[in-house]
Amino acid sequence: MSAVASEHLLNAKQMAQFVLDGFLLFDGFIPQDLNERVYAEQQAGNGNWDKGTAIHEVFELPKVKGILQSLVGRSPVYDHSALHVVGPQKHEAQTWHADSIIDSRPFGFDIQAMYFSHDAPKEMGPTIVLPGSHLRRTSNVSIGRYKNIIGQRQLAGKAGTIGFLHQALWHGAQPNYTDATRYMFKLRLRTGEEQRGLFNTDGYNSPEVRRLLNTMPHRWHGEQDRAENVQRAKLWRYLCDDDSVDVSFEGVLTRMGI
Amino acid sequence: MSNLRQQILILHLAQPQLDAPTIAWALYDGARAENERQMQAGDEEKPPYNSVLAAMRDGWFVMQLPPLPYFHYGKEHETGHLPYEYVLERKAETL
Repeated sequence: MSAVASEHLLNAKQMAQFVLDGFLLFDGFIPQDLNERVYAEQQAGNGNWDKGTAIHEVFELPKVKGILQSLVGRSPVYDHSALHVVGPQKHEAQTWHADSIIDSRPFGFDIQAMYFSHDAPKEMGPTIVLPGSHLRRTSNVSIGRYKNIIGQRQLAGKAGTIGFLHQALWHGAQPNYTDATRYMFKLRLRTGEEQRGLFNTDGYNSPEVRRLLNTMPHRWHGEQDRAENVQRAKLWRYLCDDDSVDVSFEGVLTRMGI
Repeated sequence: MSNLRQQILILHLAQPQLDAPTIAWALYDGARAENERQMQAGDEEKPPYNSVLAAMRDGWFVMQLPPLPYFHYGKEHETGHLPYEYVLERKAETL
C-alpha cells in the first residue's frame, strides 16, 4: 500500500480514543455513489473480496488508507475477509465472541474493518460491540455465557459507516427486524511492521490526550478499571514509540519503575 | 414429573461485595419452552436487579459466590473474563 498524505493519518486524540475503546467508528464515511455500487454487487452475489470490484475502491480511498496506515502500517497483509449477511426478519442474535483465537502478542494487533454499504439502523442488526473489551485475555466464544453488558453498543449508522476494530474486541451480529437484508463486509488486515509511531503523533503527551487516556469511562470494568488503565498506558508507549511516556493514573508506571 | 423448572440468573458485579452494582446479566430460563426465545446477546439495556442483594430480596437464591481473584506476580494488571460472577436460581411452576 502506498503511503498517504499525513492529513489522512489518525491524530493523537483519535488514536487515544482507539486505545480507550478498542475501535473507531466513522458514520457515513464512504461516499454514497460508491456505497451504492458496493450494495449492488452485494445484492447480485458479488460482494466478496475476490468477486467484487467496488469494495476494493473503498479500501483505496486515501482517508481509509490513512486510518489503516495509522493502525497497521504501510504494508498491511491481507488476512481474510467475509461478507456477513443477516437475512430479513432473522431474529436470532449471534453469541458474544472475539474473532479467531486468543492472541499472544503483548501489544501488536490486527485490524478488522467493518463496513456497511447501506443505512444500518439498530433494528437492522448492525454488529454489537463492547467498548473497552479489546485488552481482555479471552478466547473466541469463552465469553459466550454473557448476554447483556453495561456499555454494549451497536455499530449503527448511515450508509457508508465503517468501523476499525482491534481484533480482540468482543462483538456479535444482531437480530434483523426489518424486511431488508443486512450486509456487513469485514476485512482483516495483519500488520506489516511494528506498530510504533505509525499515526500522526503530534501532541501524544498533551494535557488533552493525557486526560482522555486517564478517563475510566467503561462502567463494566468495575474495580478492574485501574488494571485496564495500566494496560492502556503500556499500549500507548508502544504506539507512540516512547517507552517513557506515562499516561497511567497516579503515574503508577513511573512509581513502580515499569 | 414435577411442574417446577429452574431459572438461572447470572449477575456480574463491579466489585466483589454482594451489594455492588450489576455490570452484566444473563438469564437461562428452564421454564420457557424450547420454541420460546431465551435472553439474547444485546437484547436489554438495563439489568433486572441493581445488585445481587436486590435479587435476593426478590426471591432469588444464590448458588455460587465467585472466589476472589489471585494476582500472579508479573501479571497483576492482566484482565480477562468478568471476575465477580454470581449465579442465582429460582424455581418457576409451569402449567
